[in-house]
Amino acid sequence: MVSAGLVLLADLVLRDKHRGWLPAVALSGLGAAVIWTVTLILRDREAVAFGGTYSLDTFSIYFKFLFIGVAGLVILASADYVKKLEHQGEFWALLMLATSGMMLLAGARDLILIFVALELTSICQYALAAFVRDGKASEAGLKYILLGAIASAVTLYGMAFLFGISGTTKLVAVDGGTSIASLVLEGDPGTRAALVAGAVLLAAGLSFKVALVPFQMWVPDVYEGAATPVAAFLSVGSKAAGFAVILRVFYQGFGFGPESFISSDWSNMFAAVAAISMTVGNVMALVQTDIRRLLGYSSIAQAGNIAIGVAAVAAGATTGASGVTFFLATYAFTNLGAFFAILAISQRIGSYRIKDYAGMARRAPILAAVLAFCFVSLTGLPPTAGFVAKIYVFNAAVQSDLAWLVIVGVLNSAISAYYYLRVVRHMYLAEPEDESSFSPTPMLAIALGVTALGVLVVGLVPTPLIDAAQRAVEAL
Amino acid sequence: MLTFLVFFPVVGAILIMTLRREDERYAKVMALCVTGTLLVVSLVLFGLFDRGQEGLQFTEHFRWIREQDAGFDIQYFLGVDGLSLTMVILTTFLFTVAVLISWNVEKRPNEYFAWMLALMTGVMGVFLAQDLIFFFLFWEVELLPMYFLISIWGSGRKEYSAMKFLLFTIAGSALMLAGFLLLAFSAEPSTFDMVALRQADLSNVVLPLPAIFFLIFIGFAVKLPIFPLHTWLPDAHTDAPTAVSVILAGVLLKMGGYGILRIPISIMPDTAQDYAVWLASIAAASILYGAFMTLRQTDLKRLIAYSSVSHMGYVLLGIAALGHVGMTGATLQMFSHGVITGLLFVMVGMIYDRTHTRDINELSGLAHHMPIIATGMILAGLASLGLPAMSGFVAELMVFLGAADRFAAPTIIGVVGILLSAGYVLWMVRRVMFGPKDPRWAELPDATSWWEQIPMAAMLAVIIAVGIYPARLVDVIEQGILPLAARLL
Repeated sequence: MVSAGLVLLADLVLRDKHRGWLPAVALSGLGAAVIWTVTLILRDREAVAFGGTYSLDTFSIYFKFLFIGVAGLVILASADYVKKLEHQGEFWALLMLATSGMMLLAGARDLILIFVALELTSICQYALAAFVRDGKASEAGLKYILLGAIASAVTLYGMAFLFGISGTTKLVAVDGGTSIASLVLEGDPGTRAALVAGAVLLAAGLSFKVALVPFQMWVPDVYEGAATPVAAFLSVGSKAAGFAVILRVFYQGFGFGPESFISSDWSNMFAAVAAISMTVGNVMALVQTDIRRLLGYSSIAQAGNIAIGVAAVAAGATTGASGVTFFLATYAFTNLGAFFAILAISQRIGSYRIKDYAGMARRAPILAAVLAFCFVSLTGLPPTAGFVAKIYVFNAAVQSDLAWLVIVGVLNSAISAYYYLRVVRHMYLAEPEDESSFSPTPMLAIALGVTALGVLVVGLVPTPLIDAAQRAVEAL
Repeated sequence: MLTFLVFFPVVGAILIMTLRREDERYAKVMALCVTGTLLVVSLVLFGLFDRGQEGLQFTEHFRWIREQDAGFDIQYFLGVDGLSLTMVILTTFLFTVAVLISWNVEKRPNEYFAWMLALMTGVMGVFLAQDLIFFFLFWEVELLPMYFLISIWGSGRKEYSAMKFLLFTIAGSALMLAGFLLLAFSAEPSTFDMVALRQADLSNVVLPLPAIFFLIFIGFAVKLPIFPLHTWLPDAHTDAPTAVSVILAGVLLKMGGYGILRIPISIMPDTAQDYAVWLASIAAASILYGAFMTLRQTDLKRLIAYSSVSHMGYVLLGIAALGHVGMTGATLQMFSHGVITGLLFVMVGMIYDRTHTRDINELSGLAHHMPIIATGMILAGLASLGLPAMSGFVAELMVFLGAADRFAAPTIIGVVGILLSAGYVLWMVRRVMFGPKDPRWAELPDATSWWEQIPMAAMLAVIIAVGIYPARLVDVIEQGILPLAARLL
């Protein structure tokens, strides 16, 4: 069950002998994790381990596959990039460790385990962010560590509150004993204040992971400073892991809908944070000149979009939650695609400035087309996955009487169209300074192809992924 | 057949883009083949259309997202009724005209004609889509080509104007999309199918219906455009190349009027009844404001642009009457204004091509040197002021008949607007066409090429044909309007 972790640690041993084989080893590690998970599913669908603290339910399986997919694509895309670095072995090991931390997170149902997995993931990510040895990366890494440490402390503080009133760290108890969920179900008004305080602190700590306002400050700096494949990994992996924990803790622990007496409290909190994040992210993105910072702010705005789904619980249905899981998968394809295209282009032209992307449609037509397509998906226009995801969470919001949030969301999409399309316009209309044409390396091309195809296929035939996302949240 | 109408232009656009630089002179021929084919197809559609049968015809369905999977229902759904058909004919006709009068475009012709055809796909989709999501998609598809057409091939402050157009429309369409989503998600059943939404139960809608009505209405009002949301229009019209002005005034503004009839009025008829007075007042304000602004313009294109604001006010006035005469008149006014204003822009474009100025004070006595252009301009002007036996007269008369017993004051303002329009048209014609001969223009050629004369003649023929025998077209429009009017009672 913790499968992945063990297999992947093997990387550390192998690292010095055959450097060229490391990505392949990492990929096969992921492959082994896939096989292992699949056999576990086939044998027993609902497994629980470590005294109920870790469960293999549809929810964790969905996220496992998501993380494996993300890690696999990042490995493919960064294979050539990493060759230029010292200490390649550590890069792969950190990447794999972070991934196994995320997989652990997806299944964790106990506050302690959640915290441990969260730290495992975070520490690897801090190191990855500062991996390239230059001033920018070090600054980004330091900022990330300091803010991350505060976020961890806040998370832990929230957990302490919950432990204090419940005497347990379990979100749900397998055997019907005390757990946070059972405490919420009792609905004792005396516990309310402490529960809400715990919820707020936990939400604050987790908001850091997913880049929600007001814990978003690190995002643009880290995206700009870190190596681009790392930024891609952080933007998607960290966000998906954070939201997985949010869903787990809030839906399963604090409960949703009429049964939970604090449901409307935390739902309102996420609705407000969603509206602010979308607006702040989009408005700040308007003035960016560096494409990585632009994606950083766009990632804050997208976190706001996803949080709409978290907030949409008033009806007591899991539509909002399935919207979140679905959105995360489409966002993974889209944002990875965008980052990979940027990696391929900027590695070649040696600049991340948007104005240096002028005329890219003529120099690298395929890369420009993939980037434009991913931006269309991020804007939320058909026929892309991003469009289906957006209207899916908007639907959830309408069902939960959050009409105002939908209006804010749609207006924000209009703002975002401006800066996404500005880049597209630059690539397609401006005259290039340098006419030389180029194409991506084969590995990167495969990764790009997979992401672009994913965005398109999910955009055209969304039903299978929607089904999977809905099955995933049934476990909550 | 409808899918062909929607997507054939974009196929043509892709083919044109694949042309090599050396072959760029074939771009216009290919574009003409595409628009010509579509014109023929749409006329065949007009012939095959059964005026006696109620509801949508030639429908095409493809279910994309089902309610049981995702909680809402989206389908690829095209269909045509009298209202759509009128707009489709107008579209194919004016795009053919636009390609012809762009015959002398020298700058990057491949891209120019490709964008033009891409634009056509968006417009066609808007008029044929019967699903809100696809309607919105095509509505947005139209933006980018228009933006590029104005910002690359325009003149004057073209980038500013193009961006202003883009921002106004995007802001409007964001509100519209919010309205669509709120409406469709909270309707019972939850669907984006416009036909199903008309029967759907809207009692549990999350916002008050009037709020949703006006969210959607604003999106269309920007496009129509309605005072005070019109400020993008004079800039965009003035700086766009001639053919694009024709499309903009002739077809794109109609998307607004069509949308108002098709979506807010059809789906929320009771709300429309409650707020009809508001719509009529806005219409009257638009008519009067547009007409007064027109009077003080000195740039020919700006003058026509403001006159469009005024004329589109009649469309809204007819719609606000919410009766079948008024709404039929509004639709006919859209068709007729499309052709008339299209012709005016064509004529102004020809004058500008030759004299390189659009300033009314600079021009004079053109009728002496360019009799054909002068004839076209005068006839178009007369049609624009609503001379009997031309299409504008029939349309405006129907609007007034429809609106008179319901809104006396706005109708009277409308009639005053007609008087003003007679003023500005005749004054403009007198200053530009007559008056002292100007030696600067003496050597300039008249409209002698076939690609100038054919569109002119065709447009005049349509204006006069509809003016003398409107019944053929009115019958078709009524097929679309009658069921709507019946629901408004």
